[in-house]
Amino acid sequence: MDMKKLILSIASGFLFLFAQAQIEKGNLLIKNGTVLTITKGNLDQTDVLVKDGKIIQIGKNIQAPVGSKVIDATGQFVMPGIIDAHSHIALDAINEGTNPITPEVNEADVINPLQIGIYRALGGGITTVHAMHGSANAIGGQCETLKLRYGTFDPDVLKMDGAPRTIKFALGENPTRSHGEGAGIVPRTRMGVEFVIRQAFTEAKEYSDAWAKYNKNKLVKGFRGAPPAYSYRHEVLSDILNDKIIVHCHSYRADEIYMMLKVAKDFGIKRLVFQHVNEGFKVAPELAAQGAMASVFSDWWAYKFEVYYSTAYNAAILSKNGVVTSINSDDAEMMRHLYHEAAKTQKYGGLSDQEALELITINPAKQLGIETRVGSIEVGKEADITIFKNHPLSIYGVPMLTIVDGIVRFDREKDADDMRLWVDPKQAIETSVFRDKLNDADHCMEGAEFILDSEIFKANNK
Amino acid sequence: MKKGFQTIMGLATAIICIIVLHVEAQSPKGKYRNVVLTNATIETVTKGTISNGTVLIIDGKIAGVGATVSIPAGTEVIDCKGLNIYPGMIDAGTNLGLNEISAVARTTDFNEIGEVIPQMRALTAVNPNASAIPVTRVSGVTTVLSIPTGGMLSGTAALINLHGYTPDQMYAGFEGIVLTFPNTGRRGFFDRRTDDEIKKSSDKALNSLNDVWEKATQYHKLDSATKGKAGYYPEMQALVPVIRGEQTLLVEVNASKDIQAALKWLKEKKVKKTILTGVSEGWRVADEIAKSAIPVITGGVLELPSRDYDRYDKAYANPGLLKKAGIKVAIKSESGNNNYRNLPYHAGFAVAYGMNKEDALKAITIIPAELFGVSDKLGSIEVGKSATLFICNGDPFETKTQVSHVFIEGWEVPMVSRQTELYDEFLKREPGVSKTKK
Repeated sequence: MDMKKLILSIASGFLFLFAQAQIEKGNLLIKNGTVLTITKGNLDQTDVLVKDGKIIQIGKNIQAPVGSKVIDATGQFVMPGIIDAHSHIALDAINEGTNPITPEVNEADVINPLQIGIYRALGGGITTVHAMHGSANAIGGQCETLKLRYGTFDPDVLKMDGAPRTIKFALGENPTRSHGEGAGIVPRTRMGVEFVIRQAFTEAKEYSDAWAKYNKNKLVKGFRGAPPAYSYRHEVLSDILNDKIIVHCHSYRADEIYMMLKVAKDFGIKRLVFQHVNEGFKVAPELAAQGAMASVFSDWWAYKFEVYYSTAYNAAILSKNGVVTSINSDDAEMMRHLYHEAAKTQKYGGLSDQEALELITINPAKQLGIETRVGSIEVGKEADITIFKNHPLSIYGVPMLTIVDGIVRFDREKDADDMRLWVDPKQAIETSVFRDKLNDADHCMEGAEFILDSEIFKANNK
Repeated sequence: MKKGFQTIMGLATAIICIIVLHVEAQSPKGKYRNVVLTNATIETVTKGTISNGTVLIIDGKIAGVGATVSIPAGTEVIDCKGLNIYPGMIDAGTNLGLNEISAVARTTDFNEIGEVIPQMRALTAVNPNASAIPVTRVSGVTTVLSIPTGGMLSGTAALINLHGYTPDQMYAGFEGIVLTFPNTGRRGFFDRRTDDEIKKSSDKALNSLNDVWEKATQYHKLDSATKGKAGYYPEMQALVPVIRGEQTLLVEVNASKDIQAALKWLKEKKVKKTILTGVSEGWRVADEIAKSAIPVITGGVLELPSRDYDRYDKAYANPGLLKKAGIKVAIKSESGNNNYRNLPYHAGFAVAYGMNKEDALKAITIIPAELFGVSDKLGSIEVGKSATLFICNGDPFETKTQVSHVFIEGWEVPMVSRQTELYDEFLKREPGVSKTKK
């Protein structure tokens, strides 16, 4: 091998290293806990063995391999890491609010691994989040499924490699006030929202048909035609139509949910998850019949008109009608106690422990298309595990340890009182941030405030 | 004759059926009745737990509590075997009745225009038929402080019981003036002011507060000298009872520096009756608050830490840390979102993260009752107090616990809200997907 080739191969080796995010994976043995597997029942005094970030054995009296870390979970509850199907943490930008149709933007480009919200979510037992685009646009940006590997400086390390692509859609008040009220363009009504979505899909179909025709014809000898103009927007929309991307549709009212079900049917879209879907309970039979899923709040309501006729029994009604349902947060605080939010379905609708826990584990995993990898404690699955003091559905349940890929990412016992890494001597005021409780229910609109500040919006609201 | 009798009977049956159906179709109403609750585990709050005990309700009041209570003949009985009785929970920080839908300005009445408007009374605008009232009370939260917010002195808050058809029927015996102390905290992600801008606006607000206080003090002197003929000056007239130490000043303050500034200010101005509210960063300056002997209404507990470097669970731990420092602590829920039914969970999280369970229960019952001067009526299960209580099947902090009965001033309220009605209608919707097939 000559020198040139050697340098080239070393260089390409480095390139490969940089291209492949280095995911840390751990080995450990969790001893003697009550294991809530979710898919295979509850196992008392059971051990879970993890190797290279995967669960390789579940059983009694497993011997720890030499050098393996051992966690004593005696008297504690071991459950799969909690999955939040609707979050905006770890992102530096939420809304590209300049157009009602923006499938060309992608949250994967703005991941911020340093946000403290990631660590706080781990403190609530969360291991996977769906980091979503906001709801200013009828067809918003692509979203990213993240694993909370807090501690890395590399945005790519947070990405759950191989998770299906997802995209945010939004119906109702947010797109209509952003674009109709804020910019004076369609949509200003729910009629307009349907129109812009159908228009985008129709154009995408024409686009992919044109490419298909071109690709077919170019093989014919003597073909002289030019290729159609490339459009990334239409590429993404075509991928939606071909079920390569799961649609996650922000929605509240029954009418708009029903509208979107019909649009999906007409364009042959099968992978559809409704988000928030506060009035999903009103069209639960239709959702179930079409196999659409629902990711809901436990009890949020009344912060705007389209959630006024909500009920905390929503998740129970949807579940009992056969809709795959999850409980999400859409909120950096609420995501820290999704286990408590899930327990509210026991108060409102009497779901069993098993049904309630599915709402924050295997069900959101199904909605993100990652149910073969996470969402339950099973041999072969990724070792994303949360250990609770007291039952997770009890108000006294406290997440003690949160493990991602076999690596302990949160340990309550080791948490310091003051988490400051350094002190800035020039800081004049120690500024505290308090949430505006009257306006904080609409996180989906972060980054789109400029629209609500526009002259047109103000004129429309005189 | 016999046939005629049958016809009459048939008609009578039909009429009874119609009446019954008619009654069933009506919205249920509250029932005011004398009733005895037997075989219950009674959490009196002030006098321990009584197992297998009895609570007697006569004329809206608790007429007997204990293991043995003599019961007037003919009193209706609710058998509470396996159930618990607790005093109604009090949420000391809401805008219930003033806020129907936060984002729809026409439905909100908590935020009048003006920085100094203490004369604006919540009780005037409380809507007894707000949809959130039944939603709240069926969870055992029977009494709330409804607070006007917005400016610096934003109005007069009112304590209300969550049953009644006029504000006066609901009024629970306390009104307090609300002061949002000049603050240096940011208001959320959209607050992009620089540190200097924040400091300047806070200093300016403090100056203006001092001016207002000076004026109010002068007005009080003038009023005393003229025996109440100082003239119409509604803002000042509203502040006079506070200046004179007759009425409570509720001071909303959250950042630790602001808490220190507020304690200093209250001492300087010699404000006699005062409660600190919010107090998110109270744990940082707990000893100083304790030294002042000023009580605290803290919450919501289900909150983020206010600084990035704070321990992740500081908001959950705050009530317990304040209590530990010797402060009198009441717990409130998150104001402004119409989810006051979650008050027991705010208290429950305080317990999960360090507060004593008994103290947390007191913090949403007897302590707020004492702070508002209504502990002769509310906050515990004791003879002579108002029959404002609820029955449930376990620990009310536990999420899955079901509340089965709620009494407010002797009125047994219907256990329905719009949210339960929607559940009843839609659990098994008819028609389903097909309009004709079942």
